Amino acid sequence: MTDALPVVLNINGLKYEFEVLPYRSLLDVLRDELGLTGTKECCAVGECGACTVHFDGRSINACLMLAIEADGGSVTTIEGIAAPGEMTRVQDAFLEHGAVQCGFCIPGMVMSAEYLLARNPHPTEQETREGLSGNLCRCGGYNRMLKAISSVSEESTP
Amino acid sequence: MKPFSYQRPGSLAQTFDLLSEYGSSARILAGGTDLIVGLRQQTVDASVLVDIKGIGEFLPGVALVDGHFVIGATTDISRICEYEKFRATFPALVEAMETVGSVQIRNRATLVGNVCNASPAADTVPPLAIYGAMVNVGGRDGTRLVPVQEFIQGPRQTALRPGEFVLSIQLPVPNAPLGVGFARLTRRRGVDLATVNLSCSIDSVGTVRFAFGAVGPRLVLGVDRSGVLADSGAPAGDRDAALANLIAGTSPRTDIRGTRDYRSAMLLVLGRRILAEAASRLGSGQP
Ligand SMILES: Cc1cc2nc3c(=O)[nH]c(=O)nc-3n(C[C@@H](O)[C@@H](O)[C@H](O)COP(=O)(O)OP(=O)(O)OC[C@H]3O[C@@H](n4cnc5c(N)ncnc54)[C@H](O)[C@@H]3O)c2cc1C
Ligand code: FES
Ligand code: FES
Repeated sequence: MTDALPVVLNINGLKYEFEVLPYRSLLDVLRDELGLTGTKECCAVGECGACTVHFDGRSINACLMLAIEADGGSVTTIEGIAAPGEMTRVQDAFLEHGAVQCGFCIPGMVMSAEYLLARNPHPTEQETREGLSGNLCRCGGYNRMLKAISSVSEESTP
Repeated sequence: MKPFSYQRPGSLAQTFDLLSEYGSSARILAGGTDLIVGLRQQTVDASVLVDIKGIGEFLPGVALVDGHFVIGATTDISRICEYEKFRATFPALVEAMETVGSVQIRNRATLVGNVCNASPAADTVPPLAIYGAMVNVGGRDGTRLVPVQEFIQGPRQTALRPGEFVLSIQLPVPNAPLGVGFARLTRRRGVDLATVNLSCSIDSVGTVRFAFGAVGPRLVLGVDRSGVLADSGAPAGDRDAALANLIAGTSPRTDIRGTRDYRSAMLLVLGRRILAEAASRLGSGQP
């Protein structure tokens, strides 16, 4: 009844071809089959944002998307957000502002922050909070994250 | 998740074939923000998912056709919110859509799915009803239009018959001045269901309509034609009495999100607030 189906996916600029069972989420496949464990699993029901990736340029929860639904699309994960060995301004700013505690939520937070700033380079604090509202940090490091994001926003020319 | 198989039809005709072939074991998959959660938590059972995102006939965004906005079954909430004309025409619906989940959820969740999921707490349903939304149901033999408040018949129950699914939602552009408000109360914005949600409209002849969500198995509608609710200068006691009269039609329950009495009390508070919002929108000429 449930055979594996072929999938072609562009992930972080590389083409992947594989077969997947239809009831496997994109998150399962990224982590368990492709070894891209930067994207985290926490709630698995869309509430925490630890699994945030960009699918066809839009921020989504990888736990709520089937891998088969992603067929033909392109995915950017935290591993692909900057060139190998480099970091984005958001990642640098998170470090500079000590915004990382245990680190578990950070890949998702960075993906949400990148998505926010790409669409709105100078968000108000309210807009930043709204942009991160799908990401939970159990260490409660939100204020430093807000400062980090606002520092990136201030650097870029309005 | 329990195993299921997956189909991605490319046309409406193929979709109707699949729905008749698999019957009640098939589930429509749109954005998956309810369905995948349900499958994972095993509150929903399906042996076949029919992903409608490959259907060629669906419009990718929002279209204005003959005085109606048409929102296709695969258009996600974020996309709808990008249309300036839509925002300006249905501000209270946009407010409701922007309270749904988070950015990531809205980038997947469809408006049609919010209606089809038939949750009594669905946030878009009260303003959809207030703006007169019609659900365009498709079947092999054609389509039929059902008002949204009749389409949702109870928790998880819709007016869909076997073999049918929803093609779009149609929203008439108001042809006379209308002011609409929306409010929602929740314990934690973003990821909790509404404790109550409500919307109201005031038109230029003083008719006030209310839609109350999450306070009964179905949406509760009320109309006041006395003019008292539309008249912000009327005595506060009279206005509260008229509002309480409409709220009397609701049947809130006590649950983890609030008690029955708390919900009723909040309907009154939020009802006053959105009446003021609707009146100011009517005054400013914005619907
Ligand atoms: C973390 C989180 C937070 C949320 N917050 C809110 C909130 O604040 N307010 C709120 O109202 N909702 C909220 N939701 C639920 C919301 O995301 C959904 O109701 C969404 O709009 C459903 O659309 P979808 O495209 O994801 O539907 P799906 O999950 O794909 O489908 C939902 C149901 O409708 C059926 N269906 C879908 N499309 C059709 C169709 N065209 N014809 C027939 N049947 C169809 C499916 O079979 C399924 O039973 C939240 C969900 C999550 C996971
Ligand atoms: S793991 Fe996907 S949102 Fe929590
Ligand atoms: S840093 Fe620990 S969960 Fe956010």
